[in-house]
Amino acid sequence: MAEKPTGRTATSSSIPLWRDVRVLRVAGQILFVLVIAAGIWWLMNNLQTNLDKSGLNIGFRFLGDTAGFPISEGIAYNPTDVNGYAFWVGIVNTLRVAVIGIVLATVIGTVIGVARLSTNWLVRKLATLYVETIRNIPLLVQLFFWYFAVMLTALPLVGDSIRLPGSIFLSRRGLYMPWPVVTESSGVWTWYLVGGVALAVAVYVIRRIQLKRADRPGFPLIWAAVALLGVGIAGWFLTPGSPLAFDIPVLKRFNFEGGMWLSTSFLALIIGLATYTGAFIAEIVRAGIQAVGKGQTEAAKALGLKKGLVLRLVVLPQALRVIIPPVTSQYLNLTKNSSLAILIGYYDLLNVGTTIFNQTGRAVEMILLIMASYMSMSLLTSLVMNIYNRRMKLVER
Amino acid sequence: MRADPPRDTSDQHVDESPPTHPGNSSGWAGGGKNGCAVSKELPPPTERIPVLRWLKQNLFSSWPNAILTLAATALIVAVVYGLGRWALTEARWEVIPANLKLLLVGTYPAGQLWRVWAILYFLGLLTGFAAGRRRGLVRRISLVACAASIALAVLPFPLVTRGWLLGCAGAIAAGYGLGQLAKLARERRWIRRVETTLWILSFPVSLIVLNGVGGFLPVIAGRNQWGFMLNLLGAVVGIGLSLPLGVLLALGRRSKLPAIRIVCTAYIELIRGVPLISLLFMASIMLQLLLPDSFRPDLVIRAMLTITLFSAAYMAENVRGGLQAIPKGQYEAAYAVGLNGALTMILIILPQALRAVIPAIVGQFIALFKDTTLFGFIAILELLNISRSVLGNLEWRGRIFELYVFIGVVFWLLCYSMSYVSRRIEKSLGVGER
Repeated sequence: MAEKPTGRTATSSSIPLWRDVRVLRVAGQILFVLVIAAGIWWLMNNLQTNLDKSGLNIGFRFLGDTAGFPISEGIAYNPTDVNGYAFWVGIVNTLRVAVIGIVLATVIGTVIGVARLSTNWLVRKLATLYVETIRNIPLLVQLFFWYFAVMLTALPLVGDSIRLPGSIFLSRRGLYMPWPVVTESSGVWTWYLVGGVALAVAVYVIRRIQLKRADRPGFPLIWAAVALLGVGIAGWFLTPGSPLAFDIPVLKRFNFEGGMWLSTSFLALIIGLATYTGAFIAEIVRAGIQAVGKGQTEAAKALGLKKGLVLRLVVLPQALRVIIPPVTSQYLNLTKNSSLAILIGYYDLLNVGTTIFNQTGRAVEMILLIMASYMSMSLLTSLVMNIYNRRMKLVER
Repeated sequence: MRADPPRDTSDQHVDESPPTHPGNSSGWAGGGKNGCAVSKELPPPTERIPVLRWLKQNLFSSWPNAILTLAATALIVAVVYGLGRWALTEARWEVIPANLKLLLVGTYPAGQLWRVWAILYFLGLLTGFAAGRRRGLVRRISLVACAASIALAVLPFPLVTRGWLLGCAGAIAAGYGLGQLAKLARERRWIRRVETTLWILSFPVSLIVLNGVGGFLPVIAGRNQWGFMLNLLGAVVGIGLSLPLGVLLALGRRSKLPAIRIVCTAYIELIRGVPLISLLFMASIMLQLLLPDSFRPDLVIRAMLTITLFSAAYMAENVRGGLQAIPKGQYEAAYAVGLNGALTMILIILPQALRAVIPAIVGQFIALFKDTTLFGFIAILELLNISRSVLGNLEWRGRIFELYVFIGVVFWLLCYSMSYVSRRIEKSLGVGER
């Protein structure tokens, strides 16, 4: 559009300035930037006046002050710790929910997505029902349902907890389960594990090179896993005494003691996020598998590949290429949606952040911190997934 | 339009069962229009499968499949039995009708409820009118709306409510009649203009009527306690504003001018990187600091603004996807016939780009509607938040399952019908086939 006129103006200066596209473009951009800058300046100016009025100034020194509020779960923390550390506890809690939620959602999504393509009519319809139900109800309603209705109303009191196999107890207080604890002989066993990992890596690399030379497919990862397991188990028996002991929860007078405790808000959050995101991932998985033409499978079979190899070498690489980008954004959505934790009382980073804000009145700083944390998580996840995506793309040819 | 459905069905067949028609692909690529059309006139051979064989094929084709079927049946029986027993014997559904007004319109004064009905009637009239003038989807929508209001009127609501509901059906029917009459009119252009104007006007007028204007209608206090109406209003405002904003942002992101591109990209990525709830938090506490004392928009307006700005960033990415799908030839052809940049966009590119991404856009609408439940976070009593005040009532303590089931069903119905409508529009525009 603009190429022709600009070409002509390059030689003749007869076109007036206000009709010269090149000038107009630059002028328009300058104007745009000026308007944006003026808007930001106006906001900043208001901020300065308002802060001056209330006698506050921007600064992050308050992060070194004592937090003074409890956080009921997460890594070791005391109310006497500083605000900055409390915020870090919140970040770790968010990451914990995000990682566990992503793993569960992927499992659910894959199972349901495959079920939607099942040859079994009933299974197919059930999967469709699941997806259509979950996707069309707001996540917050589902979280409230899991937390207020299921966890806090339907579950029994701690006195008559539901006892699941393996000394797992579920009640309105949360979930108590056995958890491995370190004993004296753990150190020795750790060395066996380190050796096992080293051996596994070596086995993987060697096997991989072998396979590449022979130019045939195989499962180097399985060999590596066998090596690691073998060394680990051998080490377990060779170590004097049991390297790990299980701390089993026991019902005392008012509550359980020992073991691992997961709060009801954490459980509700995990269940809600995993089932919700799982429904979206299921649709992506289904679309991805359907995107691989049937001819591909047939061609692979015609070449004489076995069923497992058809899936691994032909269908999955092509399906994954379609699946990965949208699934990445679902993972990001899950991470961002974990901020709804604040409404069901789980101490994620937003909850801790707003608590610190309530204690210190530092609105601007806390919002900057919260936004920056979420932004960096988003960027990190998309970075990792982009690297993975690029690797999958190489399989193409 | 006429030629589309058969092609569409054949497309689906290609998807589902390519091996049965080995000649299909060659016919697709090489066969001219004539050959294709003739073969498509013939209806596909339908096979009547006996029940038993259907069962064997679809449920018991192999041992693992049979086990799967039995397991699924057991699951269904258990869930249906449990749910059914609860819903029929234990649940006290009275909590819903007793609090229906609170849930749906919150503290909106009962004496002023006629305004809500008036808006509904107006919209019903318009929908009916559109249905009278056109066929297809809009007719089906108005039929469903009509049937729904009659069905609701059968339920044991107070008599006044039932009257209003029947009136709703009447309004749609009246609109339909008017629309049919309008078809007879000789000069139809001004009718279309009036209709479009009314649709556009219905948006601000509804807001004004609901809120009230000084002098004519008393302004209603407590705007942040209107229950489900706030969800609907938030969704309508958000949808209405975020789409144009999203289009502008998408165009900005694809702009050749670096300053505009950088600003738009930064905005989109920034908004998409953080959760909505943190933005709402910001709107609730930061706005006081960022705006002068004299200018303090109230909570509901802030929430709507936030959700619009949030949704626009996602909308922009959807629209950008559509813009990228438009081949360069379209631009070149438009310039060749003498359209300038703006007209090319408005007349040629955007209609195609938006059409291509209807599912994504409607998906974003649905997400926006669902996200209005987050308004509760900043002390707005929308449906989900106001249900907690019902639970706070001693009489209804512990009726939590009934309430959440009700809320879930309400959202489900609206979201599902939105996605249904989008699928129909997509089909009628023939997007899926290329």
